[in-house]
Amino acid sequence: MAAEGNAKPAKKLNLKENYALLTRGLGWEPSYEKKEDIFRNVDFEGVVIHDWDKWEDPFRLTMDAYWKYQGEKERKLYAIVDAFQQHNGQFNVTDARYVQALKVFINGITELEYDSHRGFNMLAREFPGVGPRIAAQMQSLDELRHATTQIHTISQYAKYFTGMNEFPYQFDRVWYLSIPKSFFEDAVTSGPFEFIVAISFAFEYVLTNLAFMPWMSGAAFNGDMATVSFGFSAQSDEARHMTLGIEVIKFLLEQDPANVPLVQKWIDKWFWRGYRLLSLLATMMDYMLPKRVMAWNEAWEIYYEQNGGALFADLARYGIKPPKRAPETIAEKGHVAHQMWSVFYANRDAVGFQMWLPSDEEMAWMSEKYPDTFDQYYRPRYEYWKAQEAAGTPFKNSTLPQLCQVCQWPCLFTESGDPTTLSLRESEYQGQTFHMCSDGCKDIFDDTPEKYVHAWLPVHQIYQGNCFLPGVDPTAPDFNPMVEALRYMGIKPGVDNGDFKGSADATNWEKWTSRPANIHEGAYTDAVRDTASTADVTARKAG
Amino acid sequence: MSVEIRTKGVKPLTNSFGHLQRRFGDKPATRYQEATYDIQSTANFHYKPLWDPTREMFDARRTAVVMKDWYALKDPRQFYYGNYTTTRAKQQDAIDRTLDFVEKRDLLRSLSQDARERIIHAIVPLRHYEWGANTNSAHVAAYGYGTAITSPAMMNTADRLGMAQHISRIGLLIDGNSGDALLAAQALWTDHPDWQPLRREVERLFVTRDWFEVFVAQLLVADALVYPLFYQHIDGALGGGGSSALSSLNDHLLRWYEETAKWIDAVIKTAAADSAENKALISGWVQTWRNRLAPALQPIVQRVLGNQADDALASVLAALDARAAKLGLSL
Ligand SMILES: [Fe+2]
Ligand SMILES: [Fe+2]
Repeated sequence: MAAEGNAKPAKKLNLKENYALLTRGLGWEPSYEKKEDIFRNVDFEGVVIHDWDKWEDPFRLTMDAYWKYQGEKERKLYAIVDAFQQHNGQFNVTDARYVQALKVFINGITELEYDSHRGFNMLAREFPGVGPRIAAQMQSLDELRHATTQIHTISQYAKYFTGMNEFPYQFDRVWYLSIPKSFFEDAVTSGPFEFIVAISFAFEYVLTNLAFMPWMSGAAFNGDMATVSFGFSAQSDEARHMTLGIEVIKFLLEQDPANVPLVQKWIDKWFWRGYRLLSLLATMMDYMLPKRVMAWNEAWEIYYEQNGGALFADLARYGIKPPKRAPETIAEKGHVAHQMWSVFYANRDAVGFQMWLPSDEEMAWMSEKYPDTFDQYYRPRYEYWKAQEAAGTPFKNSTLPQLCQVCQWPCLFTESGDPTTLSLRESEYQGQTFHMCSDGCKDIFDDTPEKYVHAWLPVHQIYQGNCFLPGVDPTAPDFNPMVEALRYMGIKPGVDNGDFKGSADATNWEKWTSRPANIHEGAYTDAVRDTASTADVTARKAG
Repeated sequence: MSVEIRTKGVKPLTNSFGHLQRRFGDKPATRYQEATYDIQSTANFHYKPLWDPTREMFDARRTAVVMKDWYALKDPRQFYYGNYTTTRAKQQDAIDRTLDFVEKRDLLRSLSQDARERIIHAIVPLRHYEWGANTNSAHVAAYGYGTAITSPAMMNTADRLGMAQHISRIGLLIDGNSGDALLAAQALWTDHPDWQPLRREVERLFVTRDWFEVFVAQLLVADALVYPLFYQHIDGALGGGGSSALSSLNDHLLRWYEETAKWIDAVIKTAAADSAENKALISGWVQTWRNRLAPALQPIVQRVLGNQADDALASVLAALDARAAKLGLSL
């Protein structure tokens, strides 16, 4: 019974009111210290914010609701992970080639989740408004979740397959892992507004579905219950993150017209950088999944050309145009996967997973999916390399490729509209020449050369002799620079790298599962007893 | 699809990740270890941060504390995201039953006007203290070095938002969800002389850049004074001899504080034991912030406890000093 003067029944609060009461008034205008000394990072980028309270809280989750909701998801996820481990679920995947794709994932992607966690933490500290800070905190916590659940699920694979056991070490050192590493470090070392446009909008909102849908269906289709489980469990987090991405853009654009050109510049930049990062997925989808779900060009059509087209039509009312270099991505979509796989194959002694040439069946699939490009440009190359393998003189690159100063891919891409000419760009800065893979990357370099000259380009570093472990003597008679560079990168020569056929993974797989390590080639060893699939392959080959 | 495996032939190639084997030997790792050790990048950073161009993106030099191994700072609770969220969810379920009980019976609203005003004056403004702690904890999580310290700091950041919202609920239980108590408490926090010295120190922490100093000042010193003062001493005084409604709500804060103190203590003890320089540095910070915060708390404690105030302050300061000594510090 309420006391006198307090007898009205307590008001019932709906979710929105409850959230507002528990959140909005928490901050205050400081008076003992200057605001610009407390929040030191929000001014230097030139973004104008008049009213932080105009921020629409996209999540509207109080902390207790977050704990309960996420805690329930974790309980379910770890029940599956426990069962996966107890039942040796790692052997349920289609074949041992699928595991090579997981290697790219844990070595190249998991640390990005972690960097994202830290980046959002900086926003959680530096934004002056309560609403955006809470949104950033929750996303930061989510990203920590993603890193954690990926480690916990993939660790089971790491116990049985090579090349997954040194993921944090490799991430900082392996030459091609500087592609994802430099991408996220570029974002985190930017100002808070560029970071949130880069990650929440350009990456999460515009490009995440592209990564998520084909990757998750690929995992499901190839029997990888662990990845499917953490992936789908992360999806509801992603839905929140995408909402944040679109809210951020609208908030910035509505706060002041001066923000429009800045936001446009960041969209152009991060769309291109995100596209280059995700093209790694093109290779995984088209070449590494033993059972394929869709081709890269199809995914790009659905998830960028159609969905992205609608999004940018909607943003036109703010004066925002589609990303400047979108036409190049469309022109390249029939080529990137093939060009990348070729470069990895040629450099297979210097990568941390094992490589193979596509089978006849796979090439038939690519001819069908890429009628305008595959038979004309790439099939002849693979057939030539196959013949070389058969003749006992397999083709290998003995030198590492030239890297792009911005995206850090090898300069392997070709000119839009001329797939026989390599696309090479360069810029002068302070008397030095810097090389880029494309106009998109050159735009980025030319806008901020003082940032990109600091990029730690692994191939340059290797050739400068900066990538040897302590105690290595380059003047010793038996000094082998390539072997020493691999050791520095955390790649075990002869174990982690090279040809898939004959690798420890392929041999162990057949010994342990009695199934072929490559479903398209039949048994490599006589450990294979699964006559059904072997007979299947033999029949297909005969036919 | 079921798999036929020749079980006798299937032995893992390795029992844990290489970085864990180098620390703990070739044996199965715990989920805490897998999620924590060596996860943060340490080498070959690409760009100079625009917000701190003289240092790397992750850089051990953002504090004066030096550790031989930043992963020595482990969390005895062994929290990783999964067991952290499920633990907090369970604790929240328990406190929800209490909140529900208090709400249904109007236990706080039925207190006398004077008692209600005293709670609004002395407890509800602490939601802003918690929001300040959230900011400071986010600072540690953002700029700290090594996942061993930054991950629990992230969780602490979330905890402080949770505690700010828990205290806000106490206000709403008093004002019948009108929000008037929260508005009144905010005005007290920003304008009333009883609270200004504490707010002054909270704002001083916002401009303190050394993240380990922020950790020491907020999580060791400030919390060690605020939690027992408000949720034990002042709780007792406000309850007028143990009114269970407010005490049962404050108890949630105290239990959380006791759990968290295990982590704080482990971090401080390990860092101080790592070198004489660390010990001197941390001891100095404890001394400095103790000497700022104790007088800053005096007016509000005086207001509520009257002639008991000095005893209460002396007792929490003595407890802090004893704790610091136990952690290997010398004040
Ligand atoms: Fe994520
Ligand atoms: Fe590039």
